[in-house]
Amino acid sequence: MSAVHENAFPVPYEAEIVERIQESPSIFTLRLRFTEAAVQAAYRFAPGQFNMLYLFGVGEVPISIVSDPEDDHLFDHTIRSVGRVTRVMAALRPGERVGVRGPFGRGWPMAQAEGRDVVIVTGGLGCAPVMSVINYVLRRRERFGRLVIIQGVKHSDDLIWRERYEQWARLPDTQVFIAADQAGPGWPFREGLVTALLGEAELDTQHSCVMMCGPEGMMQAVARDLLARGFSERDLWLSMERNMHCGQGLCGHCQLGAKFVCKDGPVFSYDEIKHLLGLRL
Amino acid sequence: MDVPKFLARERLDALLGALAHAGYALIGPRRQEGAIVFGPVRTQQDLPRGVCDSQEPGHYRLCDTPSPRLFGFANGPQALKPLFFAPREALWEVRRNEAGLQFAAVTPAAPKPLAIIGVRACDLAALALQDQHFLAGERPDAHYAARRADAFLLTVNCTHPATTCFCASTGDGPEASGGYDLLLDELDDGYLVTAGSEAGRAMLTYLPTQAASDEQCAAAREQSRVAARQQRELPAGNLGPAFAAQLEHPRWADVAARCLSCGNCTAVCPTCFCNAQVEDADLEGARSQRLRQWDSCFTEGHSYIHGIVIRDDTRKRYRQWLTHKLGHWHAQYGRSGCVGCGRCITWCPVGIDITEGAAAITGAQV
Repeated sequence: MSAVHENAFPVPYEAEIVERIQESPSIFTLRLRFTEAAVQAAYRFAPGQFNMLYLFGVGEVPISIVSDPEDDHLFDHTIRSVGRVTRVMAALRPGERVGVRGPFGRGWPMAQAEGRDVVIVTGGLGCAPVMSVINYVLRRRERFGRLVIIQGVKHSDDLIWRERYEQWARLPDTQVFIAADQAGPGWPFREGLVTALLGEAELDTQHSCVMMCGPEGMMQAVARDLLARGFSERDLWLSMERNMHCGQGLCGHCQLGAKFVCKDGPVFSYDEIKHLLGLRL
Repeated sequence: MDVPKFLARERLDALLGALAHAGYALIGPRRQEGAIVFGPVRTQQDLPRGVCDSQEPGHYRLCDTPSPRLFGFANGPQALKPLFFAPREALWEVRRNEAGLQFAAVTPAAPKPLAIIGVRACDLAALALQDQHFLAGERPDAHYAARRADAFLLTVNCTHPATTCFCASTGDGPEASGGYDLLLDELDDGYLVTAGSEAGRAMLTYLPTQAASDEQCAAAREQSRVAARQQRELPAGNLGPAFAAQLEHPRWADVAARCLSCGNCTAVCPTCFCNAQVEDADLEGARSQRLRQWDSCFTEGHSYIHGIVIRDDTRKRYRQWLTHKLGHWHAQYGRSGCVGCGRCITWCPVGIDITEGAAAITGAQV
C-alpha cells in the first residue's frame, strides 16, 4: 500500500466505479475497486461492517458493504439517494472515482452463528446490511443450518432484488417470506407488517442466530415477538444506524448510550442495547 | 506530595522567564474585551492584576480591586480545550486531476510546546478526560497529541470561585490534586510552589525560592477551604439510571422551552468533544480539504441519518446532553463528564443551570 499514515487520521483510498446498477427509482448499487492493486489485495471486511464513502468536494457518508468478503476483486455498496451526499452520488457513472475509508465497526456474529439456523429479519429499506450475510451463508452453506429470510417493506414498490429472493426461495433449507405494509397491484407476497410473517416461518428458538436490520421500532417489535416465542436475548442481533462522521469513536455523533455505534457496533446484541431502542436518544 | 516552596510575588517573572528559556510558548489569562481569556504572556505585567469577576446564570462581568493578586478571579469562558482540540483544522486533503483523486494526510504541525499559566483544577480534570478521549483509544488522535505533547501546566489553586462554580461537589476542585507540573497557591505577598512532575521539579530548581513557612502553608489551606464553600452542587454519582427512569420528566420540556439550542454550553464545556467533519473545496474543483470542527449535540444535524433527524426537538437534545455527560460518561470514561466549572451556566444566554436541571429530574436532594 502506498501512503499508510500510521499516526495521522485515516485517509481515504481512491476507488473506481466498475459498475453501477439502478435497483429501484431511488436505490442504486456501486460496484467498486480500489485503483491501487495492493490496496485492493489487502482490503478485508466482515459482513455487517461499513465504509465511509467520499465524494469529491461534497462529503462522506457511512454505507454498509453488501458484497461477500471473499469477492476480492470488487466490493459493493447499495445506496438510497436520500441526502445531500447520496443524491449527488446517484449521478456517478462507471469509471468515476470516489474515496473509501474503512472498513469500520463490528459486523455480524458469523462465527457464533455457525452450526445454527440463520434467521434474517429486515424492514423498510434495511436489507442492505444483511445482504452480505445472505451471500456469506449461501457460499458456505454446509457451515450453517437453515436460512430463513423475512423481509418487510413499506410499499411493494420498495422491494429490490426480487429475483434474488425468488431464487433463494427455491434453494434447499431456505425459507423466504416477504410482506409489504401497502401492496400495489399484482403483489404476489403478503400484505401487512413484518411481525405477521414471524408466525409463518419455521423457527428453532434454541438453535438460531437472528440478525435484524431496519427501523428501531420494527426491530423492537420483532424482538418482543421472538422473545415471546422463546428466543434468548443473546441470540438476537441488530444493526443500528447513527450519524457516523469519523469512524474512530472520536466525533461523538454516533454515541448511543455508553456505546459508539461506529466502533462498538453497528451490530449489537439485543441484550446490549435493548434499553436504548426507540427512545430517540 | 512534594513540599511547597515560597516564591516572592516580584519573583514570578523568574518562573515565566525560566519557562520561556526552556523553549515553551507561554499562554496565560489575559483581560481582553471584558473577559478573561488565554493569550500570550511574557511577564507578570501581562496578567490581570487585581481583577475580580461577577458570574451568575447568563451573566459575566469583570471588576477591579486594589489587590496585588494576579489570579483572583474564576475561570473565564475559555477552557484548555481549544489549545489542544482545535476548533477547526484540516485532517486530510484531496486533489483531483485527469489521473483521478490523490488523497494525503495533513500532517499535524509540531508547534512549540505550550506552558499554560494559571490552569485551574476543574480544567485539569477536564484535560484528563479529553486526553482519555483523544489519546487512550486504539488509534490516538495525532493532531491532539502533537499539541498536547510536552505541554507544561502551571496550575493555580482557585481562590475565588464564581457563584456558578460547583467543583467542590464534583470532586474536581478548588484545589488541584494532581496532573500539574507546578502548582501555585497565591498569597498576598507571593506564591507557594509545589512540583507535581519531573519537569516541574526541574523547573523549581531554577527558581529563587525560600522554604515556605507554616503560616504561609496554613494561609493557603485556609483560602482553599473557603473556596470550597460553594453555592451550587451537582447530585453525586452516576445519574444515568435516575435519568433513564425519568426520560419523560416534564422538566426536560420545561428547560427546552427556554433553551435557544445555541450550543454555547457545549462550546464552553471543557469536556465536550463532539466534532463534525466538513468539506472545504476550492472554487476550481481541483482541491478539497476535509476539516474537523467543533460540533454540538444541540444542532439539528448532529443526529441526522438518511433523511431523518433522530433528536428532532430541543427537549431531546437537552436530554441527550445531560444523559450523556452525567450518565453514560461513567461507562465510557469511568466518571461523569462534568468537572463543575460552571461555564455552561454563566455562558447560557438564558441562564439554564445544569445543577438545577439534574437535581429536578433525578429528584436528588442537594
